[in-house]
Amino acid sequence: MTLLLRFEKVALRRGGRLLFEELDLALGAGDALQVTGPNGSGKSSLIRLAAGLLEPERGEIERSRLALSDDHPALDRELPLGRALAFWVESSLAAMEALGLAQLSDVPVRLLSSGQLKRATLARVAASDAPLWLLDEPLNALDADGAVRLVSLIEKHLADGGAVLAASHQLLPGNWRKLELAS
Amino acid sequence: MIGALIVRDIRRGFTGAAWLPIAFFLLVAALVPFAIGPDAPLLGRVGAGVLWIAALTAALLPIERLIEPDRADGVLDQLALHGLAEESVAFAKIMAHWLTFAPLLLVAAVPASALLAMDGNSLLQTEIALAIGTPALAGLAVAVAAVTAGLPRAGSLAGLLLLPLAVPLLIFAIADAYLLEAAASLLLTAGAPFVAAAAIRTART
Repeated sequence: MTLLLRFEKVALRRGGRLLFEELDLALGAGDALQVTGPNGSGKSSLIRLAAGLLEPERGEIERSRLALSDDHPALDRELPLGRALAFWVESSLAAMEALGLAQLSDVPVRLLSSGQLKRATLARVAASDAPLWLLDEPLNALDADGAVRLVSLIEKHLADGGAVLAASHQLLPGNWRKLELAS
Repeated sequence: MIGALIVRDIRRGFTGAAWLPIAFFLLVAALVPFAIGPDAPLLGRVGAGVLWIAALTAALLPIERLIEPDRADGVLDQLALHGLAEESVAFAKIMAHWLTFAPLLLVAAVPASALLAMDGNSLLQTEIALAIGTPALAGLAVAVAAVTAGLPRAGSLAGLLLLPLAVPLLIFAIADAYLLEAAASLLLTAGAPFVAAAAIRTART
């Protein structure tokens, strides 16, 4: 089985505090792993480590091509949503359709609600062809309909041989392996 | 991706506040005759220096919108995930900033020189010197913007960092030592992407 993400004896220090150490994890095709833990336990930092945006204190991380959705929209506020997404992905139509954003394509990003922005960042992940999805608090600001759409996207991605690493303090719907970070 | 980023930053520059530093530049040039009196020979003598001071201070204005909005909004993170090195991001930003700043500045220097009663020859020399020096000003602006991104009162700090580094450009430009100015400009322009990239990486949390 080809691994899409592998942590080996990883330690992370933030602000002088050791958040975790000796952390091993491996995600292959079809794997879904949820990182849980209280506020400040390092869930988001673990996602950013996996993305390569942070360097571990010790240990090794190997990753395949990945896409990340977090609390930063990274969409140009003055552009219509469709064009703002087009900067990042070649074709976002299907993903926007899947997340119920199709009719918002011509609406400027600055007018979108936080839930719609969250859907847009998830659409960017879904429209990428990356095999590994990193989702930081994917349910934040998302309504029930959005959560249902997200779950079906994740199931399709896993069935297509992708992997998902999500960090959330809420219970994510679906069948997830759990990794609990202590505070 | 790097081309798309340059195009995007140019579009944001022109739909945003690209005219603001230029208006500021003209305003400073227009203040000088009031400050030292309508003495044409005197104005003509100090004109080149005044244009440079105006250009340097105008270069400070856009600094806070060069890097910080993209850092805070996660754009820099997403660019990294798309495989773009921070050095490439910084290079694209310098290129886009120069293209939105320098041509307008060179055009604005013409009416500004008239306000300062500069003759054609003196204007030509200043235009050449500005053309040589503006890539370095763009590089310095992006590097300083990256170093100060996310800090409180970044704007004032940016001025303190940028202006001393621009002194060599100023000295060589006013002395009409174009080769030396070009050497200083090349050094600053070539070094800036690496400084900016290191700052972007360090600022990541």
